[in-house]
Amino acid sequence: MSPLQICLLLSSLLFCIGLVGVLSRGSAILVLLGVELMLNAANINFIAFWRYGPNPDAGTGIVFVLFSIAAAAAEAAVGFALVIAVYRHQRNIRLQEANRLKG
Amino acid sequence: MIIAAIDSYLEVAPLAWRDAVVQWCPEPTQWLVHHLITIVAILAVFGTLFAFTPLAERKLLGRLQNRLGPNRSGLPWWQNGPKLWGLTQPFADAVKALTKEDIVPAAADKLLHFLAPVLIVAFSLLTFAVLPFGRHLVPVGLDAALLYFFAAGSATELAIFMAGWASRNKYSLLAAMRALAQVISYELPLILSVVPIVLIAGTLSLQDIVLAQGFWTFGFLPHWFVFTPWGFAGFLLFLVSALAESNRSPFDLPEAESELIAGHLTEYSGFKYALFFMAEYFGLTALSGLGVTLFLGGWQAPCAFLQFIPSWLWFMGKVIGMLLLFIWIRGTLLRLRIDQLTRLAWQFMVPLTLINLGNAAFWSLTAGWTGPLQLVRWGVSLAIIVIPFVLLGRRLSAGRHPRTYRYAAS
Amino acid sequence: MTFALIIISALILGCAAVAMALRNLIHSALLLIGSWAGVAAFYLWAGAEFVAFAQILIYIGAISMVVLFAVLLTRQGDAPEPVEFPSLSRFVTGLIAGGGVAGVLIGAILGMPFDVRTAQSAPALSVKELGAQLMGPHAVSLLVIGLLLTVALLGAVLLASDRRPDQPEDTP
Repeated sequence: MSPLQICLLLSSLLFCIGLVGVLSRGSAILVLLGVELMLNAANINFIAFWRYGPNPDAGTGIVFVLFSIAAAAAEAAVGFALVIAVYRHQRNIRLQEANRLKG
Repeated sequence: MIIAAIDSYLEVAPLAWRDAVVQWCPEPTQWLVHHLITIVAILAVFGTLFAFTPLAERKLLGRLQNRLGPNRSGLPWWQNGPKLWGLTQPFADAVKALTKEDIVPAAADKLLHFLAPVLIVAFSLLTFAVLPFGRHLVPVGLDAALLYFFAAGSATELAIFMAGWASRNKYSLLAAMRALAQVISYELPLILSVVPIVLIAGTLSLQDIVLAQGFWTFGFLPHWFVFTPWGFAGFLLFLVSALAESNRSPFDLPEAESELIAGHLTEYSGFKYALFFMAEYFGLTALSGLGVTLFLGGWQAPCAFLQFIPSWLWFMGKVIGMLLLFIWIRGTLLRLRIDQLTRLAWQFMVPLTLINLGNAAFWSLTAGWTGPLQLVRWGVSLAIIVIPFVLLGRRLSAGRHPRTYRYAAS
Repeated sequence: MTFALIIISALILGCAAVAMALRNLIHSALLLIGSWAGVAAFYLWAGAEFVAFAQILIYIGAISMVVLFAVLLTRQGDAPEPVEFPSLSRFVTGLIAGGGVAGVLIGAILGMPFDVRTAQSAPALSVKELGAQLMGPHAVSLLVIGLLLTVALLGAVLLASDRRPDQPEDTP
């Protein structure tokens, strides 16, 4: 098995762990953390293809990962602000109960 | 001629000794021994420095407060022996910390309670790996050394949180949150205040930044970054942020011993407390080293003719000077309140660092100006930073004095 | 080389899997931070040191703090309340969906003949070249991401602040 395949396996398994977390956990914080894991899995793929791709000196993979990390930071800031706003309305962060449009 | 030979030998002496030891080892373990010696050397030098910094602090604070400071600890098993001016105090302190009972609260999260002091010391030691200690003494010559320094430094926040949370004590937790709010608030101006250096030097490598400062006008006016308008402002901003980052007075709110008990360290005792104490001083030393490297010319000599002194001696001398400055500040200034602290960070430091970044951009754009234009360049650069400083300073203190005391008798 | 990769992968996946299964939110968050540190180690292994340090600075320095503050601000009572799984059927559905996706992906990866560059050394891309890339061909994206970050920050402050416009500021 080539190192590239190991990297891709790592990233797909990490993605699936994040997916299972998002689908099966009820806490909004854990769902957001699962989304972060999936983003990280995508970044691992970018770096793996940059490292073993045909044109590594272009550096596009690295640049893309930098942008992706910045987007993840923005997502985390807004996401956890939403979690706090939800908590203020219903005094818990269980997503099943956050089903009202009216605050 | 002989002096030059001795000088060039002294310059590489630590490396030569290391290589001599490495030669003795069998081939497969050479790289391991090579790195181990580097690590042990850093631990030994900065461990010794750490041992004597609190002693210097206590003695100097004592003098500043018109007392003597610790001067009694002599040699063990020698009742009326020489007192040595209290120089053996660190060893007495170490024995005391090691033999104290280690108390873990019954409700505490045992694993995290144990991990927090270990992690904080580990992370604060990691930052030493990229500092250029001398012309040839760079433990790890990274291309992105500055980024590494801040990455390793930012991980200590995690340890503070773990300490506060794992103690399962609401005061510890509250104090940890306060400490985190402070560290996060001041991380922004700390990083922003060094960005102008990167802009001017055009590199993130600390060794290259030092090399960029290695020139002298007329042989005795060093081209350190602190001797430019933007560099001086950046240095002051860096100094304040570094004080706040390492929880030093006047920003030592997280563990203000006379108001809070000891903040997030309340439930720590014995050697674990000593580890936190150690991490604080390691962090302070590392930040001093970074400040020296970025603004004060690193290992460069202040005058061209003083270059015969080995560069690592210059570096250590400057770091010790910075530490003494920090002690002096602690003995002089009063502790801030938490609202003053955060207001200072967000309404004063952050805008000033951003303006200073623009100032550095102006400086690099006008690099070609010579003759009388040079004076204009200095004047404009000074105006760019001094005018906002005055205006922001007025706004910061507007309507806040004279201070009235509601609960204290006047 | 490959051995180090396998150790790093085991660290990342182990931390992430245990974190998603734990009932204590703080432990979950701390383990996930360990997993992010493992991803940074992977970047270092692959030779992308700038990205690795950026990952540590942003994920471990900033995002972890947001997560931990969110956990502490949204708990009731003194003791951290264990977070139960909503229901067994939901857990099983999630596991089946995740396992299905994993199966498809692994099958695709193992069945695909990759044309792999087999150079042992990592491609060298200095920070300077990276900066030239960011400021040259990708300058527009850099501006957009800066704008996104600013807007996200303002939005986060607006969402999380509970001060109504008609309420005066709470002065001590």
